[in-house]
Amino acid sequence: MKEFFAFVRKEFLHIFRDRRTLLVLIGLPTMLIVLFGFAISTEIRNVNIGLYSQDDDIAVARLMEKIDQSEYFTYIGEYGSEEDVDMAMRRGEIDAALMFGPDFAASLYSDAGADISVVADATNPNNASMEVMYLTGIVADYFRDDVEEAVAVRMLASMSGDESGESVPTAMPGTVGPQLRMLYNPQLKSSYNFVPGIMGLILLLICALMTSVSIVREKETGSMEVLLVSPIKPINIVLAKMIPYFVISCAVLVNILLLTIFVLKVPVAGSFFWMILVSVIYIILSLGIGMLVSSLVKTQIIATLICGMIFLVPVMMFSGMLYPIESMPVALQWFAQTIPAKWFIEAIRKIMIEGVPVRYVTKEILIMTGMAVVIFAAAVIKFKDRLD
Amino acid sequence: MDSIVIHSLRKSYGRNLPPAVDLQTDVTVAKGELFGIIGPDGAGKTTLFRMLATLVSPDAGSATLEGLDIVRDYRKVRTIIGYMPGRFSLYSDLSVRENLEFFASVFGKDIESNYGLIENIYCRLKPFEDRKAGKLSGGMKQKLALCCSLIHSPAVLFLDEPTTGVDPSSRRELWENLAQLKEQGMTIVVSTAYMDEADRCDRVAMMKSGRFLTVDSPSRIISGFDKRLLSVRSDEMFRLLNDLRTVSAVDKCYTFGDTHHITLRPGAGISPEDLGRELASEFSHRNVSVREIDATLEDCYMNLEDK
Repeated sequence: MKEFFAFVRKEFLHIFRDRRTLLVLIGLPTMLIVLFGFAISTEIRNVNIGLYSQDDDIAVARLMEKIDQSEYFTYIGEYGSEEDVDMAMRRGEIDAALMFGPDFAASLYSDAGADISVVADATNPNNASMEVMYLTGIVADYFRDDVEEAVAVRMLASMSGDESGESVPTAMPGTVGPQLRMLYNPQLKSSYNFVPGIMGLILLLICALMTSVSIVREKETGSMEVLLVSPIKPINIVLAKMIPYFVISCAVLVNILLLTIFVLKVPVAGSFFWMILVSVIYIILSLGIGMLVSSLVKTQIIATLICGMIFLVPVMMFSGMLYPIESMPVALQWFAQTIPAKWFIEAIRKIMIEGVPVRYVTKEILIMTGMAVVIFAAAVIKFKDRLD
Repeated sequence: MDSIVIHSLRKSYGRNLPPAVDLQTDVTVAKGELFGIIGPDGAGKTTLFRMLATLVSPDAGSATLEGLDIVRDYRKVRTIIGYMPGRFSLYSDLSVRENLEFFASVFGKDIESNYGLIENIYCRLKPFEDRKAGKLSGGMKQKLALCCSLIHSPAVLFLDEPTTGVDPSSRRELWENLAQLKEQGMTIVVSTAYMDEADRCDRVAMMKSGRFLTVDSPSRIISGFDKRLLSVRSDEMFRLLNDLRTVSAVDKCYTFGDTHHITLRPGAGISPEDLGRELASEFSHRNVSVREIDATLEDCYMNLEDK
């Protein structure tokens, strides 16, 4: 055991001597959380909006006022023709526009209804569809209130003789008004989605990449040669390498959670204990990946490339962090099931955001544990205590 | 008692490559012997060391260290050997003291218990204890590496080219250290590309293309040299080398420091004076000097090659 702790101590010395790398390990998660939390978000904000209305209508003016008040849109001004709207969009003055047909107000109460065109600059399709969605939301909301009010007034007027005033209908007969409720993330904050993803990414980066590079470095510098010719069990060399990175990963995990809770204000809905436990399983799994990589390659650059290209990119693409897995072709969906981060992110989302009891994430926990066992077994089998 | 017994070890790194090591002979090294392996780069010295140090498994043949088989008992072998690779393989970012402490604890020892063994070497490093190993000079690095491979008091010590890239005074010190270790009964196998160092070994094996050409004590190798050896100089050394090769009495010709050494064909009765006159008259060399000399180990090596 004394030998083992000497190893662990040496690894810590290596890490603390290399301050820049340590700084990156601690700083990178902080930076990513802040970036994804504030700068990079799929929410839209400050979209410039234009108007083309063929007649002056108080309803339109009030609608534009309402749109301008929302945090998503800024009302830029009214344009004289469709061509002007087009030109303004080309100049970059506006990102979207609302166009009202002639006699808009009058046709509002007609049976055929009124026409509104929502025009959006679809150079960025994601943004455009978000803008259109938000705009139609505001417009529909506004006119439902407005029209209901008007109808109610008319009905009240027509029913003024009626004694049973309680039976006044509150909605127009025959219309369907969907009630939207966004569960678990009512404000549609993108940080709810990104935090588990970033955790999956960072922990894999620290554990797999750093462990494999640090083991392979010993091969490259030749010190592995000296270590192998010593009575210490070679597998202990590798296990001793993992402990410092395990400790750092746990520190990073705490760092991410603190930032998430206090800076991004994402509440942890479920059990803290299980969330930490799931993360620890994932950390061990990632360490195993790092060990497996290190037993297969001989140079640091290849270890970096494998961890960077073969592990990090799929985590971004196939973990459901950026793109929903359900909308991928079946073959890729199957592939996604093999990504450890996918299960981790799913489990963390369930516990952290949805706040479900642990029995609903048993599947994820079991799969990750199974993966860890398989990968560790493979790494131990592949680990050579000779040079060739 | 034999400390190391080698039975025709063979190792090849690729199917289409000639074997890196193919000894084809049996060699034994006695306990407390300082055994040198000399040969040029690529002779297979490092591969042989790695096989003996259990880092590489041999394709054929076997060897035992202190009675332990290098393949079967490799775990036990690792507890009794010290191995210092040719390349500096300690941790550059750790200090001298930290490196030594680490390697001691890897073997379950502490520095104090075997300090006597390394004292003579380590006393030179003591002033630099807190310096990072990467910032040491070449000679100091080798001293530290030697300390680290000695700290667990091995029975057999393997040193792969310990003096490569080290200044002459440090080289001399290192050989003196090895002589002291040998007195304490340690079996030491050391490889080098410097022939002048081989004189300090009890026995040397001359290695070429993976084979031992000869294994004997330096003095007996030299006394076994049976050819006439001449040293030749003139003002135009490069042209002289080519011209010498055309002289019929000359068997082998090679540069040796700032002179050329030639061996004469058996039965060639040419005297140094005759050869000098021939070079001056036929090849118009100026300031020719030809002397008959005694062979050194290097001459023996150069003339062994063709066997």
